[in-house]
Amino acid sequence: MGERSLVEVANLHRRYGDVHAVQGLNFRLDRGEVLGFLGPNGAGKTTTMQMICGVLAPSEGAVHIGGVDLLEDPIAAKRQLGYLPEQPPLYRELTVDEYLRYCAQLHGLRNRDAAAAIEETKTRCGLEHVGRRLIGNLSKGYRQRVGIAQAILHRPPVVVLDEPTVGLDPIQIREIRELMSELGDDHGVILSTHILAEVQAVCDRVQILHEGRLVLDEDLAQLSKKQQPRSTRVRMRRPPGREVLAGLAAVTSVEALDAETFRLHHGEDETLGERIAAASAAGDWGLYELVGESRSLEEIFVELTFGEGP
Amino acid sequence: MNVFNIAARELRSLFLSPLSWAVLAVTQAFVAYAFLVKLELFLQLKPHLPGLPGAPGLTAIVVAPALKAAGMVMLLAAPLVTMRLVSEERRSGSLTLLLSAPISMTEIVAGKFLGVMGFFAITVAVIVLTPLSLLAGGTLDFGLLAAGALGLLLLMASFAAVGLFMSTLTAHPAVAAIATFGVLLALWNMDWAGTGAAEGVRPLFTYIAVTSHFNALLQGVVDSADIVYYLLVVASFLALAVRRMDAMRVGN
Repeated sequence: MGERSLVEVANLHRRYGDVHAVQGLNFRLDRGEVLGFLGPNGAGKTTTMQMICGVLAPSEGAVHIGGVDLLEDPIAAKRQLGYLPEQPPLYRELTVDEYLRYCAQLHGLRNRDAAAAIEETKTRCGLEHVGRRLIGNLSKGYRQRVGIAQAILHRPPVVVLDEPTVGLDPIQIREIRELMSELGDDHGVILSTHILAEVQAVCDRVQILHEGRLVLDEDLAQLSKKQQPRSTRVRMRRPPGREVLAGLAAVTSVEALDAETFRLHHGEDETLGERIAAASAAGDWGLYELVGESRSLEEIFVELTFGEGP
Repeated sequence: MNVFNIAARELRSLFLSPLSWAVLAVTQAFVAYAFLVKLELFLQLKPHLPGLPGAPGLTAIVVAPALKAAGMVMLLAAPLVTMRLVSEERRSGSLTLLLSAPISMTEIVAGKFLGVMGFFAITVAVIVLTPLSLLAGGTLDFGLLAAGALGLLLLMASFAAVGLFMSTLTAHPAVAAIATFGVLLALWNMDWAGTGAAEGVRPLFTYIAVTSHFNALLQGVVDSADIVYYLLVVASFLALAVRRMDAMRVGN
């Protein structure tokens, strides 16, 4: 077991009757890391998060939070956790301040510490002006923020957020993403989402879950390598024949999209664009558009979850 | 510590709900009615009482029946107060807050029980105020009154424990309420079954019935056996509630 690992999940299984929702997950989360859980609906994201947070007991396997076994010493393990479930766990009849005070008490913060933590968290989550309002009267975006505030209030080393940006407007989404990146500096963050752009914006590492299994576990840096262009689209006023284009080094096939537009499929080659431009200049092809088509995370996602290429 | 935080939150939420105020108001109105009817009876009997040896006093004639009436109203009202304890939190998702916090199931259940008991203690206090108004024109047997109030409080503790357990069984508060009502009604009338039963079994049914213990306390008999009975009922149902909450994480 590594010294730095905040969360260690080993051989985690969960069955609901005949449904095997989570099938043998293994992964770890280090300090300062933002891990994105990606997957279609029903992939087991929420179930996994619930098991990490001790809300749901695993059918098999073990979870360690900061080196503490969640099943053997749940209270010590949960002390290091902040969790925002899919549905924010709010009491509609309380005001934001009352609610946060209650949450602080549940996590054992004393009066003065609690007051300081509440003030700080409210500022972080943009809740300064709604402290005295009833949670039931807040808009969905604000309720979501209260939910996030509740998860980070006691400064837990591990923050687990289940679809934190659902129901927020674009400006709020940007603010919350900034907040998550900030959290990633000194906490370990696990978040689930099906917005792929979100993963690219805030995560250091992405895991794609499909039918209860991990189908991808990769650093975002590694992933962007996978996203290198594999095809290039060129438009020319006076295109040469297809065979000339196919004759370029590294090009494997040529697809004619219309009289002037072609898609060149090729292997990994960073010099191709340059060489096409040079060839065009030499042969007077009248090149006016040259676009490297990178594989989006969407395509990788679809490929992995449907088991076929784009 | 967390037990009291949970209890305080629970009590606060109860008073933020109009239902609890309605329960208090209806209970109070019905107790007042029973009280006035018995007071009328006392005034009719009053001229004849001094001649009778061992005649019942003001407290026995007026207060004890009023407290018994309060017990009957609570049989109906308690399920409405307890129904939401766990089921509502399951429904709204706020239970997750407690489950993911560093608190044990026992603390959660104990906190919720104490919270609702806070409400019931206030209810009993308000009910007892009515008989105290008799002090304006007479004297009361405070021992009898205290025994009756204790009986009512213990009765409500057993109702709260049953209601809390039923509330862990379902995510629908109305289902929890009717189930609680069913169990309480059975406990209340358990001694009916005893009347036709064989000699040996009859005391068992009488023992299980909450009424037999409640009546003893209303008559001013504070027997530790009766108190133990209530503590047993409370402890059993709270233990069941803890087990059920634990099972909720495992099953689904």
